Amino acid sequence: MTDLASTGRRLPDRLDNPLKSAVMSWESLLVLVALGIFIANSFASPYFLNAWSLSDLTFNFAEKGLIALAMALVIITGEIDLSVASIIALASTLMGLALQYGADTPTLVAVGVGVGILCGAFNGWLVTGLKLPSIVVTIGTMSLFRGVAFIILGDQSFKGYPKDFAWFGQGYVWWVISFELVLFLVAAVVFYILLHRTNFGRRVYAIGNNPTAAQFSGVRVDRIKFVLFCLTGLMSGIAAVLLTARLGSTRPSIAQGFELDVITMVVLGGVSILGGAGSIIGVVLAALIIGLVTLGLGLLNVPGIVMSIFTGTLLIVVIALPILWRMMRERRA
Amino acid sequence: MNRLLRNRELWLALAILAVLVLVTTRFPRFAQPSNLLTIFNDTSILMMLALGQMAVILTRSIDLSMASNLALTGMIVAMTNAAFPAIPIPLLIAGCVVVGAALGAFNGILVWKLDIPPIVVTLGTLTIFRGLVFVISGGAWVNAAQMSEDFIQLQRGYFLGLPVLSWFAIVVAVLFYLFMTRTQQGRAIYAIGVNPVAAVYTGINVGRTKFLAFVISGAISGLAGYLWISRYVIASVEVASGYELTIIAACVIGGVSIAGGSGTVAGALLGALFLGVVNNALPVIGVSPFWQMAISGAAILLAVVLNARGERRKGRVILKKAEGVA
Repeated sequence: MTDLASTGRRLPDRLDNPLKSAVMSWESLLVLVALGIFIANSFASPYFLNAWSLSDLTFNFAEKGLIALAMALVIITGEIDLSVASIIALASTLMGLALQYGADTPTLVAVGVGVGILCGAFNGWLVTGLKLPSIVVTIGTMSLFRGVAFIILGDQSFKGYPKDFAWFGQGYVWWVISFELVLFLVAAVVFYILLHRTNFGRRVYAIGNNPTAAQFSGVRVDRIKFVLFCLTGLMSGIAAVLLTARLGSTRPSIAQGFELDVITMVVLGGVSILGGAGSIIGVVLAALIIGLVTLGLGLLNVPGIVMSIFTGTLLIVVIALPILWRMMRERRA
Repeated sequence: MNRLLRNRELWLALAILAVLVLVTTRFPRFAQPSNLLTIFNDTSILMMLALGQMAVILTRSIDLSMASNLALTGMIVAMTNAAFPAIPIPLLIAGCVVVGAALGAFNGILVWKLDIPPIVVTLGTLTIFRGLVFVISGGAWVNAAQMSEDFIQLQRGYFLGLPVLSWFAIVVAVLFYLFMTRTQQGRAIYAIGVNPVAAVYTGINVGRTKFLAFVISGAISGLAGYLWISRYVIASVEVASGYELTIIAACVIGGVSIAGGSGTVAGALLGALFLGVVNNALPVIGVSPFWQMAISGAAILLAVVLNARGERRKGRVILKKAEGVA
């Protein structure tokens, strides 16, 4: 027992009762935060409680949220992908290039998604094939992918995307329900099932908790990591299609800084940056929270750069509070 | 001989030399001493920042907030200078170092006392510091006309044939080298990177040593804040935006292991110089500056592949807490 205590790990005498642990969970904390921001917003701005304003909310988080779903899995295995925003830039640029050669909408989508998967596979190969640390690999490919976009475009931009292509980023499925929102919700359900209801998901957790043990229990660690990097690439490709369609143009500086927002969503969602823990529901809630903060502050005419102070503070405070709370409780005990 | 062959710094120096020779064969004026000094001067700020980042990376941490710290201290010093031109510049520089160190200490205290992973902490402060630049400046620029003559000219002066800016880099590098190799604290920074558990048993306070590393990277970012602003004579929200990755790139190319515990002052300096030489060579050989980003990306990947062949260790450790450290 002393041995365990000295290593900082502690075994509880009995498990918490399920109701208490559900109430005390990270997800319920996020729900509270989301509700708080929602209520604060409706007091702060008369324009907030309006179906169309709330629908605008979607565009604030759907693209980043889509990537965050896949990024959560990557981070749970203990890796990280900093190149997602650069994948968007490259995919968008190559879509623009395809457009110059007269590609139609289905081809454009195929190019965007395909480039995303290829970029992800390249990351995955470097990490699993060459056994390189993912943080350095993706810092490198972050420069490389966006660098290629700069080589192709320079200070130019691609414009003139077809109208039916613009629907992906601007269209509504029904009333105020945008295509982006539907896609995000469908993806969230798919990722929920993948992570929480399949063998694959259990293996992702196993790798994050102890890659060596996972390897010895017959989990193909490298193959799963490779698939996850491809998946992140795929989601980045889809985000590139949505973002390009929404903006209607491509510049090499597109989606600058997205990677930090995506990682903020994932970490805020309760995924441990050390790997091994986290849930999709948390990530979806975190995406919603960031969307709410952005929309609320936007309605109050707060500039984007000041909003980033809020997201940055939110990230640190939400991580720090439970730690402080635990420390205070341990001190009392 | 074998040891010489495996010397990473030597290979990096040779790579830099190769680029120089290659460019010089076509453009003889490139290798003129005056141009080489210009390149060195251009790279001075990056070299200092790379050293600060190295101190942090050695402790198995990472500081993503350096560029934002630089922008914030830079804006503070520029606004101070614009409002009170009478304050002597050395005092302003000292102020920059203090402010930068304080911002670094904020990162450090969160890592030390709350045990939050450094990548999360500095990801947060990266956006917070940058946002604060906007808050204190109201989005306005401080331009050359508002800065005092001394403020702009100090680093452009010459001392023993070298610009003062280069001297800043040289002095910082020498002090940093002495600190890292000749003091207990410096060795502790290496020790906790190599093996945190063993470091605890030898009586090193791991948390406090990490804190110290963040204070160092903060202080250097602060100093770089003044130097950057007075060099490019403009202080705005966008200053050095995205530069944090260039700094990390310089370290990685210089052979500083992202897994901690391994890396030399000479390596980090050469890594920065390599990026400086490549960036200066591109326009000379007529390649569009838009190639810069892709080339530095490729250089990072190449460097990390070569480094990994030297040491077959798990590099992921930067995201992992040391096992069993309470």
